[in-house]
Amino acid sequence: MLIAAIVALGVGTYIIRLSGVLLRERLELSDSLQRVLPMAAAALLTALAATAALMAGSEFAGVARPAGVLVGGLLAWRRAPFVVVVVAAAGVAALLRLAGIP
Amino acid sequence: MSTFKRTLRDVGALGAAMVAVGASFGAISIAYGLPTWAPIAMSTVVFAGGSQFLAAGLLAAGNPIAAVLAGLLLNARHLPFGLTIASTIGGRWRDRLVGSHIMTDEAVAFALAERDPVQRRRIYWLVGTTLFITWNVGTILGVLLGGATGDPDAFGLDAAFPAALIALILPSLRDRVTRLVALAGAVIAVGLTPVLPAGLPVLCALFGLLVLLFPRRFLHGRGGAGPEPAASSADAGASTGSTGSSAATGSSAVDDAGAVTSQATAASAATGSSAATGSSAATGWSAATGWSAVAGSSAEETRC
Repeated sequence: MLIAAIVALGVGTYIIRLSGVLLRERLELSDSLQRVLPMAAAALLTALAATAALMAGSEFAGVARPAGVLVGGLLAWRRAPFVVVVVAAAGVAALLRLAGIP
Repeated sequence: MSTFKRTLRDVGALGAAMVAVGASFGAISIAYGLPTWAPIAMSTVVFAGGSQFLAAGLLAAGNPIAAVLAGLLLNARHLPFGLTIASTIGGRWRDRLVGSHIMTDEAVAFALAERDPVQRRRIYWLVGTTLFITWNVGTILGVLLGGATGDPDAFGLDAAFPAALIALILPSLRDRVTRLVALAGAVIAVGLTPVLPAGLPVLCALFGLLVLLFPRRFLHGRGGAGPEPAASSADAGASTGSTGSSAATGSSAVDDAGAVTSQATAASAATGSSAATGSSAATGWSAATGWSAVAGSSAEETRC
């Protein structure tokens, strides 16, 4: 049963991924729809970042994680190197937790 | 070439974080009582971090059908990703079949951050394969080391991934319309997270595209008459408004009405955005303030 569930999830996920890639060729997308696709991806990724930054399950994620992400986001806006953004975000969250702030 | 070297370094950093999170996935699965092969099989066959954590918990709870359905729901966003990234993956069947499997949020974000199609393709494949390898190496390490890998949250890794995504998305948010769509989507997703099952809120971010139905004047600032200084203040006001602070939305409505000879369209656009974001106002306050800082600043950057 366990292996069946893992295979089902794997195959289903692969079909989702592949069908997007294959549909793109089958569908005759108008110019305006082609312009919208990168926006849809940007909206999904931004929503993913926002929910991952702010929510843990259906609750708010506390202080440390959003604070870390905020510092990382500000650094990214100041055009700091990607590595600095990632390390600073993790560092701020880790230090806050070390200080007892969840 | 130096940009490519920088990308290599960036991907290396993300890969290192992937090893750590993969290790925690392996360790947690074993702690849940799953057999050693299960997390390793999931990381190779499923290769989608969030859904693997979710599914491992539900499988351990003896609920395999829920594990599959919840995991698939969480991964449904890969369909629009596939549509967007198809031309980047390449036209050959081998590329499509392999390139689809290594599709992740990070690979898509890295690729979309690059404009040149040739570089974009290289970056997609580089990130995809690097993350596939590091995720699987991490999982095996976690299975072997068990609890010795420690809690990834203690190292702040839960903050590292959203920050990495933000850094990757910021360039595409420089376009004003994309920014409005993305911020509306983010507010919708955060607002719906407490009430919808995992995966659906992020999909609902696609409703952010409804912003495109707003009048052109709202979408393109001052009717696209060129970059005059007056436009920038309304610009900042509008983008803060779209992140859900009703006060800021109100002020932008006044701004627009004053300058655009109190056009009804401008006013309705502003109220429209406040209605769309209103649902999150109650639940997403601290969220909205955090994000308006990011949004406001990226708006400023566009003007530089």
